Amino acid sequence: MTFNGGAVTLDQLENGKAGNIASVAGEGPFRRRLLELGLVPGTLVERIGQAPFGDPLTFRVRRAVLCLRRAEAALVQLATAPAAV
Amino acid sequence: MTAPRIALIGNPNAGKSTLFNALTGGTARTGNYAGTTVDRHVGQLTIDGTAMEVLDVPGTWSLAARSPEERIAIDIAVGLGQHEPPALLVVVLDAPRVMRSLYVTLQLLDLKVPVVCALNLADEARQDGVMPDVDALAHALGVPVIATVARTGEGLQALRDAIGKALRDPASVTPGAVHDWTPALVADADALVPHLPARLRAVATDPARARALALWMLLSVDDDDALPDADVPTAEIARIRAAAKAARRDLQGEIIGHRYAWIDARANQFVPVGGPRGAPLADKIDRVLLHPLWGSLAFLAVMGLVFTSLFSWSDPLIGLIEALFARIGGLVAGGFEVAVASAPLGGVTAILGDLVVNGIIGGVGSVLVFIPQIGLLFFFLALLEDSGYLARAAQLMDRILRLAGLPGRAFVPLISGYACAVPAIMATRTMPRARDRLLTMAVLPLTSCSARLPVYGLMIGALYPALIPGTSIPARPVALFGMYVMSTFVTLLAALVLGRLVVPDVAAPDLIELPPYRLPHWQTVGRMVYARVADFVREAGGTILKATVVLWFLLSFPRYTPEQVLPPDVIAQAQVDGTDLTSAARGAAIERSFAGRIGHVVEPAIRPLGFDWRIGVGLVGAFAAREVFVSTMGVVYGLGDDVDDSSATLRDRLRGERTSDGQPRYTPLVATSLMVFFAFAFQCLSTLAVLRREAGGWRWAGFIVAYMTVLAWTASFAVYQGGLLLGFK
Repeated sequence: MTFNGGAVTLDQLENGKAGNIASVAGEGPFRRRLLELGLVPGTLVERIGQAPFGDPLTFRVRRAVLCLRRAEAALVQLATAPAAV
Repeated sequence: MTAPRIALIGNPNAGKSTLFNALTGGTARTGNYAGTTVDRHVGQLTIDGTAMEVLDVPGTWSLAARSPEERIAIDIAVGLGQHEPPALLVVVLDAPRVMRSLYVTLQLLDLKVPVVCALNLADEARQDGVMPDVDALAHALGVPVIATVARTGEGLQALRDAIGKALRDPASVTPGAVHDWTPALVADADALVPHLPARLRAVATDPARARALALWMLLSVDDDDALPDADVPTAEIARIRAAAKAARRDLQGEIIGHRYAWIDARANQFVPVGGPRGAPLADKIDRVLLHPLWGSLAFLAVMGLVFTSLFSWSDPLIGLIEALFARIGGLVAGGFEVAVASAPLGGVTAILGDLVVNGIIGGVGSVLVFIPQIGLLFFFLALLEDSGYLARAAQLMDRILRLAGLPGRAFVPLISGYACAVPAIMATRTMPRARDRLLTMAVLPLTSCSARLPVYGLMIGALYPALIPGTSIPARPVALFGMYVMSTFVTLLAALVLGRLVVPDVAAPDLIELPPYRLPHWQTVGRMVYARVADFVREAGGTILKATVVLWFLLSFPRYTPEQVLPPDVIAQAQVDGTDLTSAARGAAIERSFAGRIGHVVEPAIRPLGFDWRIGVGLVGAFAAREVFVSTMGVVYGLGDDVDDSSATLRDRLRGERTSDGQPRYTPLVATSLMVFFAFAFQCLSTLAVLRREAGGWRWAGFIVAYMTVLAWTASFAVYQGGLLLGFK
């Protein structure tokens, strides 16, 4: 089994699982906002929950709790192996 | 010499406002940034005899230009546009999550303005075992770093000392080169520097600052940003971006990644290794409050509490204010009666007495009557915001409200709108983005506020049958419920349409951060309630008072004696019987008053909706507050103004009214059309006063009045004419 349960993008990450960011897709303001919030390659992201109706998703990044909509989380690609945290 | 200005700047949820309050005491003044709806707080601070102004800058994650809030942060940081260059930036860092605060800190340090850092929430960081190393931070950033706990006052004296010292010697706190850009980025920046707009070049006295501003433009200015500067070198920016792309470079990744690489390389220096990943206490609470089932139940309970307080708890207080003003009015009226009897200018004195009692005292009462609801709503809002729950409520509602193009944060204002639009519009201030605020404000007057209830009650009670014809289903509760469903549906639909057509969203992830739970800070809560109530009385109170006097004038002038408006035989008969003709005379006089004439003038416009001039007069009265429609109809029908929606005489009167051809004047169809009109029309002058204030001018308020008027007329027209076509009466 792979490190993050086989998830390729952040929206596929299961509750309670964590992964390292490999890259952030998209462009323009969307991508800039995600990067500026610290979702840069190498960062550890842990999924900790979801709102009713399955959206938005809740993640822990750099000790903060962020809510990202599924569509936004899908822009974040995960590495397939853990990086040093 | 004017007082130097210092600006507090930093991430949201870093306790910036609490720090601002702690530094400035009770001196804060709240307004808007010119041309925006963004709150602007300025307070006074005196250090060692030097007075200075402190500006609380909207919280921001980064210096982008996507929204007015973010835009203001960079304008203030470098002193662009209307903003004076600040003497000092106090950057507020979020101690427990310092690694995330550092990004915007680096952006600010790059601008080479004097900086002092306050490492706030130090107590929380210590409790979680993640307190950053203050000396390591100060050394790496090259500026003073002071650990503070704004709530308890810890470190505030040290911060004041550091600010005082920094102002005496700004050079000592002007950051040097914290990090070195890569040669490729330096080349990109230097290519753009000669093309910088004049106003940016004017503040780019330091070559390093010019470079930082050029990189900020390359990274953060988008083609569709509504920048007020016409001279953004769009072509040059596009050329440099395209060149980078052609060279397979990722400018965003390089610039942002460069700063985060600097931050991450120092992680082990700054924060203790092996601290908990999250906030242990918040995680435990969140397991319940963010649970799909328990969390939703808790949310419903909290919102139920807020709504009940607005709808029911405020009632005794409102009743008290109304009774108090009725009593004052009665006493003053009594005084005037004595004066009328004895003074040679009795007629003038009587008019003056009427103005004072019904215009001014009534007007002041109609302002103060909003205070219980505003106070209660902001008490709960401050509590929810300060404790960290408001962001969670927004997250829970995000999915549903997004169907209407609104963010989750719109929920509290929307639910409050069912009690009263006035506090609800003020509650949009808890929404961080101006676009979301405007959109929410634009649809809030459509929510079915409690002032519509008496109108619905009168119409349904007087004109609807008890049962739906041919069934045993009670018609009246169903009709009332239907009005609320329709109001909700149309509010959300209007948000969807206006959100597309009028205030299109800028493409940026609408991100919610869930701050840790904190015990509410009672001083902050108290200050917020006081500030909002005072703001309402000061800013909207005058408009409401003036409007009440104007309405009183329209409904009372020209004045007539009973002899002028009633036939002589009626008067003679009344003298024989001893009948009191006051109410009958008022009813006859109101038809000839300005309001009555307006009713006649607008009759052709409202006739297609099934309304006659009498309803027209009622609509004029309804501008004071919708429920005034009921008492105005009472006056029009000669029953006096002491009627309410359950008054049997008024109901019978409406039922019994016949047109000249003997048909009932008011039918269930007319009632439906009228209720639809009340559901959608912008009728409330108090709401207008608050809208003008909160939306920053008459333009937006005027647009809302216009679209709602068109909507109300069209919907009523469709209901009435459609109903006639279908054979309803």
